[in-house]
Amino acid sequence: MKLAVWTYEGPPHVGAMRVATAMKDLHFVLHAPQGDTYADLLFTMIDRRSARPPVTYTTFQARDLGADTSDLFQDACGDAYKRFKPGAMIVGASCTAELIQDDPGGLAERMGLPVPIIPLELPSYQRKENFGADETFFQVVRKLTKPMEKTERISCNILGPTALGFRHRDDILELTAILLDMGIDVNVVAPLGASVSDIKRIGAGHFNVLLYPETGEAACRWLEKELNQQYTKIIPIGVGATKDFIKEVASIARIPEPVMDMSRLRFDWWSKSVDSTYFTGKRVFIFGDGTHVRSSARIARDEMGFEVVGLGCFNREFARQTRELAKDYGVEALITDDYLEVEAAIEALQPEMILGTQMERHIGKRLGIPCAVISAPFHVQDNPARYSPQVGWEGANVIFDTWVHPLVMGLEEHLLHMFRDDFEFNDEAGPSHHGGHAASKKMTNQDEGKEIVVETEVSDVVGGPSIWLVDAEKELKKIPFFVRGKARRNTETYAATKGVKEISVDTLYEAKAHYAN
Amino acid sequence: MNEVSKIEFSGGCSDTPILKERGQREVFCGLTSIIWLHRKMQDAFFLVVGSRTCAHLLQSAAGVMIFAEPRFGTAILEEKDLAGMADAHEELDREVEKLLSRRPDIKQLFLVGSCPSEVIKLDLSRAAERLTKLYAPKVRVLNYSGSGIETTFTQGEDACLASMVPVLGETNDQQLLLVGALPDVVEDQLISILSNFGIENIKTLPATQKDKIPSVGANTRFILVQPFLGETADALEGHGVKRISAPFPFGDQGTTEWLRAIAMEFKVDEKLFNDVIRAPRARAQRAIEIAAARLKGKSVFFFPDSQLEIPLARFLVNECGMTAIEVGAPYVYKSIVGPDLALLPAGPVISEGQDVDLQLERCRKAKPDITVCGLGLANPLEGEGLSTKWAIELVFTPVHGYEQAGDLAALFARPIKRREALKL
Repeated sequence: MKLAVWTYEGPPHVGAMRVATAMKDLHFVLHAPQGDTYADLLFTMIDRRSARPPVTYTTFQARDLGADTSDLFQDACGDAYKRFKPGAMIVGASCTAELIQDDPGGLAERMGLPVPIIPLELPSYQRKENFGADETFFQVVRKLTKPMEKTERISCNILGPTALGFRHRDDILELTAILLDMGIDVNVVAPLGASVSDIKRIGAGHFNVLLYPETGEAACRWLEKELNQQYTKIIPIGVGATKDFIKEVASIARIPEPVMDMSRLRFDWWSKSVDSTYFTGKRVFIFGDGTHVRSSARIARDEMGFEVVGLGCFNREFARQTRELAKDYGVEALITDDYLEVEAAIEALQPEMILGTQMERHIGKRLGIPCAVISAPFHVQDNPARYSPQVGWEGANVIFDTWVHPLVMGLEEHLLHMFRDDFEFNDEAGPSHHGGHAASKKMTNQDEGKEIVVETEVSDVVGGPSIWLVDAEKELKKIPFFVRGKARRNTETYAATKGVKEISVDTLYEAKAHYAN
Repeated sequence: MNEVSKIEFSGGCSDTPILKERGQREVFCGLTSIIWLHRKMQDAFFLVVGSRTCAHLLQSAAGVMIFAEPRFGTAILEEKDLAGMADAHEELDREVEKLLSRRPDIKQLFLVGSCPSEVIKLDLSRAAERLTKLYAPKVRVLNYSGSGIETTFTQGEDACLASMVPVLGETNDQQLLLVGALPDVVEDQLISILSNFGIENIKTLPATQKDKIPSVGANTRFILVQPFLGETADALEGHGVKRISAPFPFGDQGTTEWLRAIAMEFKVDEKLFNDVIRAPRARAQRAIEIAAARLKGKSVFFFPDSQLEIPLARFLVNECGMTAIEVGAPYVYKSIVGPDLALLPAGPVISEGQDVDLQLERCRKAKPDITVCGLGLANPLEGEGLSTKWAIELVFTPVHGYEQAGDLAALFARPIKRREALKL
């Protein structure tokens, strides 16, 4: 048993729903109790879909448990086929149905329905949503895809995008444009937008582009083994990664490396231009799914000039990869699906910016640290109407804008340093391009009279924590909020290593000089 | 002095045959009630013993995540709990200990059963007893089931409140007990009106704090503020507490009749009754009239959701001039919603349970001006050109009583207003 407050991933059957909902004529019959239909609203609300997910729930109740729940399942299966006439059906059990062991796969297969039936094993008490999507897509491909003649012109499939994916809709478009620029056709995109007959045509592609390893890797591995289709390993998110991806594709396709039209890419100049100088060395913490974290870390360090002070992922399938990545960045990887642990890590590191999921966005709100969303799970607010891919040239542009938006801009940062007591324009009012911030809270007499004593929690303390003297605490408050956390942390670490028990204004400035760079 | 006199409720839809359906139900399970209960009871924690699905439901159900540290969580069952390798009770004790040491402000702990915990027959009442002994008197541990195999959406609140009844203290004081979680502002308004009738000793269940939980006895009268509290009502009656039956306090009519039923029971003078309600009632009528202008002559179709459907249909038909086509409810307990059914003019189909595909067919055919449904159906129906009202908003918005009557009508008018406003 493990106590969870918020979860990064749903159960595996939600992953199966992401595949079914992504496709055009695949129907999912889910053996599940009343209430599991809540998952529909993820798709109708967060994904803003205007159609119900193609899922039939058997909706068993307590009184059915004594009777025959397997009849209920077969009835639901038969009705679903008659009503929706799908090209194929996937069948599975949610967590409760797994316990009553009705074997939906066997039951459905015995019904002799005239469409392919694909049974799913979704171990609800061991695995999670991404596994469910990956496994479901793999089973669909394994059942339906057969070796066939390759297309005459060189072509590839784009595999991995699902419903409820972070910017999957736009990534497909951007990637297709890049591949067409390279002279490569896109044979099939799946599961998002694919029909059952499209899945059957996957074999005609010369190779596969694995867009998201979280949801497409098992299928790609199988296709490589059974149909001899190589697949790409580089995810084209970021400028460098996109260039590397193009090289990888050229090599797999055995075409000369093309000269790409990069006129749409603005990221590189935007990052080089002087206004971006203030990004230099900004301390960022990165958390999300393994793939987006890997991509974001490279962009953060190599393309924005940030300092990556911590990173991690919630999906254990990517733990090893993420640990290796962290080593490369000289930090420890945080592998957890407990958001309280993530919050504690962020609090301890005091980054100037978080790149994360909607969970980290809320953590950032609470801690007063700006955050940009880079990965699922995401809120409906992070599902934009405009074209906003993550991959390719336009993806890089979008990422630049998204990450810069929560930050205080260059000159504003200086002005805040210079005139910190301005009643309208001060740190408590927040970045001036964001509305809705409260005007400054005047320090009350009561506050001024109070002795400010803050105990620190530095781990490598020499002889107990240091105490902030009142003057030092006041001086700290004069430092703008977006660097205050860093200053506090540096000062405390400095005091601890020097064995200074009481932090004075001098200690603050000694620490500042010590860490100057 | 004339006392307020009794009104008999009969006719209307009282004898309308109920269309009973079963099939796929597009409804939440009872766990969902935790989303408002944990805010209402400020020293309570709701620990769901369930699966990852339960945790995912709780964070997705409201369509939003409430990020103030929630006073609920899920003890997620893992493979080893099911395979019997770990004693689930020991595991639960360990999680509870961790929780209570981290949250010393918690005075009431509800162990909430789920589908998986019910199916593996994890005895949470035994666990609650054991843990109560361990943590009394500081923390009281109770248990109930919010599982989907036994409860639908708001029935979770019913099961929760019913679990509190056996441990209520005893009192012989004359008192009025309002049963059901209400937004604070509404609760204060209703209590203020009732106090002006001269009724003293007004208590609420649930209470915001453990030490404010009422005692009950033979001289206690209770009235439900929500139509989904049948089990709690039975439990209180079984305890010897007398129920006041009334229509539910939605709109002018519902609020007036609800207050009248109480006034009659407490022998309030009729003139005083009329004097107290005159001003708020007039305000309610004016406010409804404004919002109802857009609703007059329009039709409404209710999918089953919160069990508020029958009282709300009564409000929309009688006070906003709408026509009800179908009023679907997860369950129809005539002993509870009888007065509202009687006040609802005959005409609509009254349905209980659901086969969502069949009901969608009826809805499409009827082309209602407003369809009241859950979040899973709203966008798909909008996509087909129907205007919808999210049913869940009716549970999350102050809608009871006179001062909210206009807001309630406005909630239904807004989708129509929006459709008129958009030139797309």
